[in-house]
Amino acid sequence: MTTQESFLARHSFIEMTARERAHALLDAGTYRELLGPFDKLESPWLAMQSIVCQSDDGAVIARGSLGGEPAVIAAIEPAFQGGSIGEVSGAKIAAALELALGEIEAGHPIRPVILFETGGVRLQEANLGLAAIAEIQAAIVALRRHVPVVGVIGGMVGCFGGMSLAAALCTGLVMTRQARLGMNGPEVIEQEAGVAELDASDRRLIWSMIGGEERVAVGLADTLVEDDTAQVRDAVLAAFGRGVPAQHRSEDVDGFIERLARVNPDDIDPDTLRTLWTGAGGQNR
Amino acid sequence: MNGTNITPSRGERWLDALAPAPAGAESGPVRARDADLDGEAARLIAVVPDPRNRFARATDNVVGLEQGWLLARAVRAVLDADRAADVKRPIVAIVDVKSQAYGRREELLGIHLACAAAVDAYASARLAGHPVIALIVGPAMSGAYLAHGYQANRIVALDAPGTAVHAMGKEAAARVTRRSVESLDSLGDTVLPMSYKMSAYAKLGLLHELIQGVDADAPSAGDIERVRASLGAAVKDARGGPPDLSSRLTSADAKRTRAASVEVRRRMRAQWDS
Repeated sequence: MTTQESFLARHSFIEMTARERAHALLDAGTYRELLGPFDKLESPWLAMQSIVCQSDDGAVIARGSLGGEPAVIAAIEPAFQGGSIGEVSGAKIAAALELALGEIEAGHPIRPVILFETGGVRLQEANLGLAAIAEIQAAIVALRRHVPVVGVIGGMVGCFGGMSLAAALCTGLVMTRQARLGMNGPEVIEQEAGVAELDASDRRLIWSMIGGEERVAVGLADTLVEDDTAQVRDAVLAAFGRGVPAQHRSEDVDGFIERLARVNPDDIDPDTLRTLWTGAGGQNR
Repeated sequence: MNGTNITPSRGERWLDALAPAPAGAESGPVRARDADLDGEAARLIAVVPDPRNRFARATDNVVGLEQGWLLARAVRAVLDADRAADVKRPIVAIVDVKSQAYGRREELLGIHLACAAAVDAYASARLAGHPVIALIVGPAMSGAYLAHGYQANRIVALDAPGTAVHAMGKEAAARVTRRSVESLDSLGDTVLPMSYKMSAYAKLGLLHELIQGVDADAPSAGDIERVRASLGAAVKDARGGPPDLSSRLTSADAKRTRAASVEVRRRMRAQWDS
């Protein structure tokens, strides 16, 4: 196939909605949504601020099977409030992970997947979004001791704020080149620290720092995929195939303190970091 | 105790108040000391300003790259030491953190993972049976609070000027949501989770205790003993419950204010197997 033909043969993951993404990843014919739009569990806080609600609050929870094993997917919808986490969307994700833990404790296998596409806390629900994110993180830590928790950052919103910590807690993290993973969004940094610290309009710089390619190259994510649904699915299945590692990335405290010590803060850029941290983590750790 | 005349931060003051300073010198942004709570030893952990931190954006009482990883190391030291113990030592996070560190280097070097490492360590300690208590004595902001305090089994807070829990600083939140600081304040009076007041946060049902009438900046001996007793009671309560965060959904305030969080779980459980 020529480059053009293989590009045309791809099925874009990025262009899909959260619901379509979850549907595309699960085995054909097994998708079943929990607390879907017809359950009408909406944000109790947005209406108080004259903001239009969405009947799934921007989080899609689907059960089904993945590679023949029972699975649950929590997918965040980027088109609603930037994928931000409110009380209801956050509680849906946390509840799905808590119930998955219940399955494991009852001796039933389950494969938990989170499709991140979020700017972090929904500021209109501030403290209840933050509280929900703490509960999502708690559930990931409890669950991943038994089964890999696999995260996907597809793009184009990326994964920021408290949810970037949730992504970092995942056993395996799959990213596209278009996806970004960072704690503070470029605009927030520019606003807090000034344009001399970071020019949020410099897209090439931003992606070179926190884009999928760099994150995988320096061991802060595991698998780089093209914007292709089949590749995303293969990467997710491969992450489950690897099982629970002896040590999760966030447990490698001494390793990362040592890696950080190798960095000179006055002379560090994305390329230099690749030479310093190559092999720091990733699939083969 | 950093050899300069800088006024100690809230976190440092409360660390000093509750735990005697060690014989040797302390350095760095994360301090861990042992204190007596109700007749048993507890490990207290605080993030303090670090004017000489090599990361220029992380010299204040913020959680940056080193702070995140050092918090993880401090918590894991207790976890490792007590691995074979029948009774696990309480861990108290003294929370006085303005924000996470906002910087270009921070993002490149994975501050999200550094903070996640701290989350992981606190959550793992809790799951291992350590009573983990957060004591909020100053700001408990956003990602910094997630990394240092929000994985606790029980959260206690001082109701005093300067203590606050929020997802974003007030000025920044006003800019992002295109509101004035004044309208943000009045909004907080009707939309409870938007409020910057500790009394409003207490109504969300996430706190174990809101301690009133304590001078957060210059605590008296009586204030200190009251807080110590509250910490001891929180440890006892944590030991009597499960090692998860479910107590944040069962209080009377939570049932009222976090009704949607409770309802989502109830209905998802009902649909889970159907």
